[in-house]
Amino acid sequence: MTARVRVPGGSLGGSLGNSLGRALSGTPTLFRKEVLRFWKVAFQTVAAPVLTAVMYLLIFGHVLEDHVEVFPGVRYTSFLIPGLVMMSVLQNAFANSSSSIIQSKVTGNLVFLLVSPLSHWAWYTAYVGASMVRGVAVGTGVMLVTVWFAPPALVQPLWIVVFALLGAALMGTLGLIAGLWADKFDQLAGFQNFIIMPMTFLSGVFYSVKSLPGMWQAVSHLNPFFYMIDGFRRGFFGVSDVSPWLSLAVVGGSFVIVAAIALRLLANGYKLRS
Amino acid sequence: MTPAPALVFQSVHKTYVGAKGGFKALDGVSFDIAQGEFFGLLGPNGAGKTTLISILAGLSRASSGRVTVMGHDVVNDYAEARRSLGIVPQELVFDPFFSVRETLRIQSGYFGVKHNGRWIDELLFELGLSDKADANMRQLSGGMKRRVLVAQALVHKPPVIVLDEPTAGVDVELRQTLWRFISRLNHEGHTALLTTHYLEEAEALCGRIGMLKQGRLVALDKTAALLAGRASTMLRFKTDDRLPDLLAAQARVTGRIVQLKAHDAAEVEAHLTALRAAGVGIEDLSIGRADLEDVFLEIMQDSGGGAAATSERTGSVVSA
Repeated sequence: MTARVRVPGGSLGGSLGNSLGRALSGTPTLFRKEVLRFWKVAFQTVAAPVLTAVMYLLIFGHVLEDHVEVFPGVRYTSFLIPGLVMMSVLQNAFANSSSSIIQSKVTGNLVFLLVSPLSHWAWYTAYVGASMVRGVAVGTGVMLVTVWFAPPALVQPLWIVVFALLGAALMGTLGLIAGLWADKFDQLAGFQNFIIMPMTFLSGVFYSVKSLPGMWQAVSHLNPFFYMIDGFRRGFFGVSDVSPWLSLAVVGGSFVIVAAIALRLLANGYKLRS
Repeated sequence: MTPAPALVFQSVHKTYVGAKGGFKALDGVSFDIAQGEFFGLLGPNGAGKTTLISILAGLSRASSGRVTVMGHDVVNDYAEARRSLGIVPQELVFDPFFSVRETLRIQSGYFGVKHNGRWIDELLFELGLSDKADANMRQLSGGMKRRVLVAQALVHKPPVIVLDEPTAGVDVELRQTLWRFISRLNHEGHTALLTTHYLEEAEALCGRIGMLKQGRLVALDKTAALLAGRASTMLRFKTDDRLPDLLAAQARVTGRIVQLKAHDAAEVEAHLTALRAAGVGIEDLSIGRADLEDVFLEIMQDSGGGAAATSERTGSVVSA
């Protein structure tokens, strides 16, 4: 039997110490790769959603500008912009992680990640981090374009930052879960069209839930997306349907729950390792 | 002090549970591969080779048993086990968003390896990819994509390289390039585990061979010992005529080419007598050594009833 022991590269990484650093050592690479993945097709992943949001603004703003005043002294177009920005952040954060995972699963190139030493924490951090970058990039794009229609107020900007980041993280995590769960593109489309889209549209992007009948107001308060939009809008006008602290608690709590689920699924190799 | 084996498989079982019951893909496979070995894992389709490699790589989990890479358990110490392993997958998969060089940098990064541009350049050169370094993966031919898969497996300089049918459907040039490079790495101390259906490759490259059938290890020995332990002579000829039933039952026929095993000169003479008696016209008659393909087929036929029979015939180490 062969007894050669000189093994080039066998000492890569050295001792078993610094295990946390080693567990996360590939995370920046996966994060950069996920950002590059959407940035290389930015026309589709950033420019197109910005255009969609502007179309919403032009159509709804034009039709409703003279008929609706949601908050006293606030034009409808001004009211609508934060909702559209946040909707873009949420939808694109979801789209990034979910589409990346499902594409890699269907084409088979996820094997390159599966054979790597990356921990479930590394996967989670990189996928959700890149989703947040795309969500915030699209949201910023929508903001920059729509500023010509109605200059933003930015009364309490910290809420804007907090809810944009937390909302993007929550949706990036949900996208990760959906991507892991789905075996085919149409299953993912179903998740997106029958769960994410209705919850987004019924969250108060285009209206204040206070304008709804009592029962629908109560139903809206069960929708975590409502708190993300409402808390985000609070940062612009200093006015919201519910306390921003309540919104923060609901969104933060929801994030912790979905993050725990996502990490559990990744650690167990759910639909990744047979 | 004897170095730890590069790979250890201990009583590995794998059962896939489906709607119609369980399918036993691996049934108690046990063997070691020493550091620096070039090991061939052979078996027909569905024998369990890819399942065993999937368990090794962490793509699949054993139902029971234990697998280690350079002493690291693939489950409990998966990160270190995977750092020690480079896998060339069977399927031709790639990420369409990136160029060849980007793909290799990304794969390095997953393993925490940075600033290895010189090694990436060397891999590109050795695998004939230098002029494709900045081409998008989508623009490459199948053979070129296969080369990138090999480079990806080697980019973090793993001490153990696993090649799962790496030459399936690739041209002669790539085969020669690949084997020259892998042989060099093996001589430098890397351990190589190869699965292939091209048995002449396994015979030429592998110092030791294991054979799987229906999830069980039915032979495990040095390549030379396997060849010596079986029918060492083959009678080869071409014919257009029908073989007599007795010979037809033991012949391997490929088109016009017929191969008959013979253990000694008397058996060769007996075959020729039977052919003459049956009036079979033969051309290009030759007598040569049995190759690994002959041995493989013989073992697969003999092992139908179980591993023990194979053990007695070959004198090889055979799984329980």
